[in-house]
Amino acid sequence: MMIFIAVQAEDFDVATEYAELRKDNRSDGAVVFFSGLVREMNQGDSVSGMALEHYPGMTEKALRQIVDEAAARWPLNRVRLIHRVGTLRVSDQIVFVGVSAAHREAAFAACHFIMDFLKNRAPFWKKEVTASGERWVEALSKDKKALDKWQK
Amino acid sequence: MKILFFAALRERLGCDSYELETALPTDINTVRSALQQAFPAQAGELTTERALAAVNQTLIHDNASINDGDEVAFFPPVTGG
Repeated sequence: MMIFIAVQAEDFDVATEYAELRKDNRSDGAVVFFSGLVREMNQGDSVSGMALEHYPGMTEKALRQIVDEAAARWPLNRVRLIHRVGTLRVSDQIVFVGVSAAHREAAFAACHFIMDFLKNRAPFWKKEVTASGERWVEALSKDKKALDKWQK
Repeated sequence: MKILFFAALRERLGCDSYELETALPTDINTVRSALQQAFPAQAGELTTERALAAVNQTLIHDNASINDGDEVAFFPPVTGG
């Protein structure tokens, strides 16, 4: 099992991450990845950018716990998880989750699971910049409900 | 004991940490109530709905004991991803 987790201000390159998931990998038949981007419209308002704050130390620990839980549920071989912090603009990349496994079912499920738990358990907070000023993004109940499907 | 705050909670309380005078060991529910008394105007921001708690960088879902040297933090529901 190879796990890579990074919390960084710098952008990431999806092609590089995909290459890392494939590099010298003879056992896996499936790679699934998700990337999250800064969207222009949120809750009816036009957003020009955002600042992402986190809790250094806890963030890495929380992400590792989520990846470990996924690895306990599905037979995964590699996971790469990158989350950016700091100032981001519209269309910038925020998050990358890439999973490789022998078969696609595990890779699809684990990628989805990691994102759902990241949304609820990893200590990141978004502050949006709109025409009427800055505002903290409020947590959505739909993100909390998304965890229901993973109840064993 | 020192308590850390993050994001909107930090801004609304006007500080990134607070030194709470309390006997140890204690627990999260007791600390939460003490903070609500210390910040009466922002007590509504410190309810279990509005402020999550972490002890030693792990989310606490119910109550949890706090001992000397533990790192305690409160923050709003998370919005990453």
